[in-house]
Amino acid sequence: MPAGAGQGAAVTDRRDMIRNLIDDQPLPPGGGSGLLYRVCTAATQTLAASGSGISMMTGEGARGLYAASDPLTEHIEELQFVLGEGPCWEAFSLRRPVLVPDLGEVSPARWPMYIPAVQDSGIRAVFSFPLQMGAIRLGVLDVFRKRTGSLTGEELADAITLAEVTMAALLDRHEEASASGSGDGLADAGEHRAELFQAQGMVMVQLGVSIGEAMARMRAYAFVHGRRLDDVARDVVARRLHFDRERP
Amino acid sequence: MMTVSVQKLATIFVEIADTLVDEFDVLDYMHMITERVADLTEAPAVGMLLADQHGRLEFVAGSNESVTLVELFVVQNEEGPCLESFRTGEPVVNVDLDHAGGRWPRFAPLAVASGFQSVHAFPLRLRQQVIGTLNVFGDVAGERFGRDDVMIMQALADAATIGLLQERAVSHGEVLTEQLQGALNSRIIIEQAKGAVAQARGISVDDAFTVIRAYARNHNRRLTEVAHAIVIDPQTLRQFLST
Repeated sequence: MPAGAGQGAAVTDRRDMIRNLIDDQPLPPGGGSGLLYRVCTAATQTLAASGSGISMMTGEGARGLYAASDPLTEHIEELQFVLGEGPCWEAFSLRRPVLVPDLGEVSPARWPMYIPAVQDSGIRAVFSFPLQMGAIRLGVLDVFRKRTGSLTGEELADAITLAEVTMAALLDRHEEASASGSGDGLADAGEHRAELFQAQGMVMVQLGVSIGEAMARMRAYAFVHGRRLDDVARDVVARRLHFDRERP
Repeated sequence: MMTVSVQKLATIFVEIADTLVDEFDVLDYMHMITERVADLTEAPAVGMLLADQHGRLEFVAGSNESVTLVELFVVQNEEGPCLESFRTGEPVVNVDLDHAGGRWPRFAPLAVASGFQSVHAFPLRLRQQVIGTLNVFGDVAGERFGRDDVMIMQALADAATIGLLQERAVSHGEVLTEQLQGALNSRIIIEQAKGAVAQARGISVDDAFTVIRAYARNHNRRLTEVAHAIVIDPQTLRQFLST
């Protein structure tokens, strides 16, 4: 794990690299700008994977919008929802990554149906990353490999950054926009301080909306007013800015 | 500096080792450690920081969580005892903050302004890797950790690291990443809940944390679980406020 000063710059560099990688991906064959599809192909490329899939999920675990890097992976990604078990479910419910470098080493009792099914497709390792920000949970990014072995430290950092960048774009409701083209907020995705999350909770109560909606409203406000998201958050926490009074 | 009975110390070590429970919660565990260390050292403030996937130190738990204290943890991504301890894997102890302005031009004045006199940081080590730091602030001039104190504190930090990562399960580095990422996300849930309660009750976020923690204790529920319910379920927030 690298340490030291200049970490801020390193984090920003990785985020820029990931955003550029997503933007450089080809558009999906079926048309549209397909952010989710391009995140999947970017993940596959940068993580030396055989394929990647994203499934958006509701709080109850129902599957919504989804995408995959290729048709075979789409089938594998869908398996988890057909069978109702797998690393994607676990990552979503435990709110943390689930990293399985060797499916052959997993106790069969953990995912009795999923493991043989996915192994039949030649998959040997799965890495699942929740798309989340605290209590805001939108789905999971799954990365598949046809060989066993752990992700390296660099690959892990890339994968988690991919999830963060995707999360930020989804919160902006720019599923159909480019990862970096939408301007302000993405630049500081993932590098937030406590005030941002506190402000989300405050705006949630002020507007009587969900925590995810509160975040979207703050991002929209920051964008419209040309302000940094962290500054907006600080004003909310200091009670200089009230979303229930000012109709932002 | 520490005048602590063997019995008390033994009790703390047992408590730190006791992570083989079904409902182990990383954040509750880390809060417990900061409180025990604060109690043991009579320090006014103790915090724990964990490194994220970028190697940045993120504040995770504090014996108190005032905004000024949290700021002192955040600054240490640039400079300060935690960053030094994190980099070297060695404890940084007995630094007199009044004379540390040259070493840490931002951190030291901020800490002095918050009423602290001394600072210490202990690495959270797992084999060759440093996963975070334990940070202790003192407010009595001239008070120092002796050699034995430092050994005890580092042993506590080592035991806490093993407990934190549930060493029995750390057969692969995967579990380390899973646990740390889970803890960092739980931290965000707590901040979101602090904001919700602060707004609903018209109190400060610092006070909101105290209220949430007291509620979790009184109802024998985990802090993360309570925080999550506050954010996700409007009824819980209402019910929470009526108590």
